[in-house]
Amino acid sequence: MIAARLGLQSVSVLRQTPRVVRSHVIKRAVQTESIPAASSGHILRKQALARPSSPHFTIYEPQLTWLASIANRATGVGLSVLFYGFSLAYLVAPSTFSSENVVSTVKSLPSSVKIAGKAILAGPFTFHSFNGVRHLLWDLGYFITVKGCYQSGYAVLGLTALGTAGLVAW
Amino acid sequence: MQSVARRLSSTASRRGFATTSAAFQAAPLEKPVLNKTFKIYRWNPDEPAKKPELQSYTIDLNQTGPMILDALIKIKNEMDPTLTFRRSCREGICGSCAMNIEGRNTLACLCRIDRNPAKESKIYPLPHMYIVKDLVPDLTYFYKQYKSIEPYLQNDNPPPQGEFLQSPEDRKKLDGMYECILCACCSTSCPSYWWNQDEYLGPATLMQAYRWLADSRDAAGAKRREKLQNEMSVFRCHTIFNCSRTCPKGLNPAAAIAKIKLELSAE
Repeated sequence: MIAARLGLQSVSVLRQTPRVVRSHVIKRAVQTESIPAASSGHILRKQALARPSSPHFTIYEPQLTWLASIANRATGVGLSVLFYGFSLAYLVAPSTFSSENVVSTVKSLPSSVKIAGKAILAGPFTFHSFNGVRHLLWDLGYFITVKGCYQSGYAVLGLTALGTAGLVAW
Repeated sequence: MQSVARRLSSTASRRGFATTSAAFQAAPLEKPVLNKTFKIYRWNPDEPAKKPELQSYTIDLNQTGPMILDALIKIKNEMDPTLTFRRSCREGICGSCAMNIEGRNTLACLCRIDRNPAKESKIYPLPHMYIVKDLVPDLTYFYKQYKSIEPYLQNDNPPPQGEFLQSPEDRKKLDGMYECILCACCSTSCPSYWWNQDEYLGPATLMQAYRWLADSRDAAGAKRREKLQNEMSVFRCHTIFNCSRTCPKGLNPAAAIAKIKLELSAE
């Protein structure tokens, strides 16, 4: 197996030659290809190109640690897109995106849509805000243990639920 | 003298070692068969075109030791000698058998087998690493990163005689860091390390970087900090905590990185 990997395959000359020649001329049953030592690096590099990278986030156990981190990133991106998108839209079409227009549009929506929309906005906002405080506390050196990470994580989730409910009811 | 010895041996042979006669002895208990399936990541460099796959092995847990490493060794010995993995000390001090077991990075020798036969145990190599074969990842770059932080005492002014002395308080600062066995469980559990392995040093290397920054005998602190003072080496850490959560030795690399960040930000 190793020989095959290093390109030292045995060349089966035996099977291709007539019996007479085989018995008289060919004494060696196995012929090896001679490869200079210097080319070993090239062979290993060629092999390295084919090797796979082991699976990662698809097989890693879902844990509060990294799921909260992903949620923080996703909510941050979502809120930024909304904020910059709305600001740019206002620059492009100030009359369409004026406060009065937005207020009257939202007012005309049915209350179920209003509640759902508020929850969709309030959830990421409260989570990102509370988790941001958690990150600031970490950067100051508080809760910087596994236990602290989990306690603060569950606290953020609880506060997010309360905050979202509060903002939706407001 | 001889006659005494003969008499003793004859008594012994007549009595055997048991003091109860065979009829009254309890029959040795036959342990029930407890079959469990292990699904193990396989990839063979001799067949590079073949995609990595999970191969199932079913073994009797009552004929196996308690740890995942025991199961792997049993499979290799009795079922499939081509199964490849690293192992050495079997007691969590060498760090060779680091792998991803049921979604968590840990040492196979310290990880008990879940004895629920209905649940399959999935075993993968350390995540997001190049694979040499089966459960063996290529750790060359990981070791190079460790080398890059110059993990040794640097001080041009040794005391005139004797060794460098340290107060008990200063020595205490190294506790929880020098115990690291460099098994790479933490670094390969870190999503930041998955995405930025080429430039981000990763938790294991960073904790060792701090181990030397925190050492009162080391005089190269300024030089060490200067090397870390950039966007990638340390600050790709987003305090995810996978590292501390997964460490099989119960160490806390996240805290060490937080302390490096505090020191670098104060400069």
